Amino acid sequence: MPRWGMAADLDRCTGCGACVTACHAENNISTVGPYQAMRGRAKHWIRVERYWEGEFPDVRLKFRPVMCQQCGNAPCEPVCPTYASQHTEDGLNAQVYNRCIGTRYCANACPYTVRFFDFFNPEWDKPLHLQLNPDVSLREVGVMEKCTFCVQRIKAATIQAKADETELKDGDIKPACVQSCPAQALVFGDLNDPESAVSRLSESPRGSKLLEDLGTHPAVTYLSRQTQV
Amino acid sequence: MTRPSDRQINSDLIRPLLHTSWRFYLLVLFFGGIVLTAIGTWFYQAYSGYGVTGIKWPVFWGFYITSFVFWIGISHAGTLISAILRLVQAEWRRPVTRCAEVITVFALMIGALFPIAHLGRPWLFFWLAPYPSERLIWPNFRSPLVWDFFAINTYLTGSVLFLLLPMIPDFAVIRDKSTGLRRRIYGALSMGWRGTPKQWHRLETAMSIMAVVILPVAVSVHTIVSFDFSMAPVPMWQSTIFGPYFVAGAIFSGIAGLIIAMAFLRKFLHLEAYLLPVHFENLGKLMLVMAVLWGYFVFNERLVTYYGNEPAEMAVFWRTQRESFAPLYWTMVVCNFVLPVILMGIKYTRKTITGCVIASLGVVVGMWLERFLIIVPSLGHKYLPYAYGIYRPRVLEVVIAGATFAAIVLLYVLFAKVVPIISMWELKTPEHEPGHGDQAPEVQALREVQP
Repeated sequence: MPRWGMAADLDRCTGCGACVTACHAENNISTVGPYQAMRGRAKHWIRVERYWEGEFPDVRLKFRPVMCQQCGNAPCEPVCPTYASQHTEDGLNAQVYNRCIGTRYCANACPYTVRFFDFFNPEWDKPLHLQLNPDVSLREVGVMEKCTFCVQRIKAATIQAKADETELKDGDIKPACVQSCPAQALVFGDLNDPESAVSRLSESPRGSKLLEDLGTHPAVTYLSRQTQV
Repeated sequence: MTRPSDRQINSDLIRPLLHTSWRFYLLVLFFGGIVLTAIGTWFYQAYSGYGVTGIKWPVFWGFYITSFVFWIGISHAGTLISAILRLVQAEWRRPVTRCAEVITVFALMIGALFPIAHLGRPWLFFWLAPYPSERLIWPNFRSPLVWDFFAINTYLTGSVLFLLLPMIPDFAVIRDKSTGLRRRIYGALSMGWRGTPKQWHRLETAMSIMAVVILPVAVSVHTIVSFDFSMAPVPMWQSTIFGPYFVAGAIFSGIAGLIIAMAFLRKFLHLEAYLLPVHFENLGKLMLVMAVLWGYFVFNERLVTYYGNEPAEMAVFWRTQRESFAPLYWTMVVCNFVLPVILMGIKYTRKTITGCVIASLGVVVGMWLERFLIIVPSLGHKYLPYAYGIYRPRVLEVVIAGATFAAIVLLYVLFAKVVPIISMWELKTPEHEPGHGDQAPEVQALREVQP
């Protein structure tokens, strides 16, 4: 059984935002318009956090792409009263939209604040509705949604490999953000396979997890930026 | 204290049931209007989507959950206070118990609506209940929200029983004093009460059992409400003190609510002969104890956080202590600690009903703020600075949260119209009588004249 994980090389990330756009397109994430975005209703399953370090003019800009960390010990899971937030066998935090009644408890419990609430029914101006991805369900008003590691792609590749009677190879599965990253800062794969790229990167001495001391066991490893002195 | 005669008690306390003045209709119309507006507002929210509220990323809980915790807190007025006073056989409790128990039942009903009102998909709230469904799934028993569901339902059932049991003899009195349809209704409600020694004995036994059973339930309810917060890894939420802190705060706000309700009842139903200043003073003493206890818990919570010096917690700590939430925080401290300790600590103000009511109003405001200050500053200031946010309630939420106060008045007014708001038979039972309550008052009256 695989355990899916990701590595994000902060040395490579340029903060271009291609991953954010690709994620929106792949996962049918509705945009809410400038007014609602201003009021905190924007949904970005992956976001590029920008942090400045130092005092002007000696500033250093840091980027950090943050998506659901698919925690091994996720705070969002035990608090959900309806099992909408649930752990899968392959180590993902599944979000079952149809079970969600919208208590938003999971979003409060999530230390990374990567869960998003559908404040309104999603809308797409015609003909934009034609671009929707048929593999991803639309979320109605009142449910939580979040990064799935593009579970539809994981499932599709797994089923295809089974049909072809072949083994899944490292790199066969690429979530939209990984696929679209021009700097190849994001690497996705099976953490249970010691030979996979993501496993090797996760063990890098540069690697660290986000808010690791909370004990959430995230599946995403961040490779820190090297300082050039 | 000169006790009103039994006949006087009957006529004084049944009068509000039999005679309706225009003031009653005006009150019902006014508060009913507010409640209907709020219900309409909520349907508007359910229809147009949750986005019409001020809830946003990352502050996903706001006024609704504040109201929920606040009203569940107020509900500790009744059953808990009256059960404790019954168990320690505090004789002064007699005119107070029913007022208090009614608050419990209504505050619970109002409070329990909020977890449903705040749902993203409120029409699916019944998925919290464990029942064999076509979805082939139980509720998640690890979730504090599911514990809430059970705790509140248990407490509501228990307090309704606790309220109904001692109403039976009073229903019988009304049955005997009325005619027509009213007689039939109260006849059914009094369940064949004849006032035989056996019936009194059973009632007393049932009341004693309920008083003992309801205490752990009441304590567990607000502990579980506090678990909603302390079970999540959110700065300033995950605290071991939250259980007792919430229970103390609940009893505290409950007493305040009870004093306010009693003052209004005394004024509008002319119960000056029954709700005496001494009752207010005694409740004021209880409130003083709870104010000091509350102060101790807050001091404890803050000091431990300060010395722990965990960065994320300290960010929230300073936010409430001296940054954006400081005005609300210090208002809360004044309302919940300074005001009641001064007013209830000084004998002169404690002995006046006005003094008690002013302190209580302060406590109600302060306790509402306390819940708000637990929920919102933490959520807006979790770990990642990128995800900081500010919550501002919108008119709609203010209307709905505010209308709960109208709702409790409305329910109270309607209740006082159909049930004597002071337990008549408990007043009539002679105080300090050996074996009091074992027999019907009439039998005891007979016994008094015999050597």
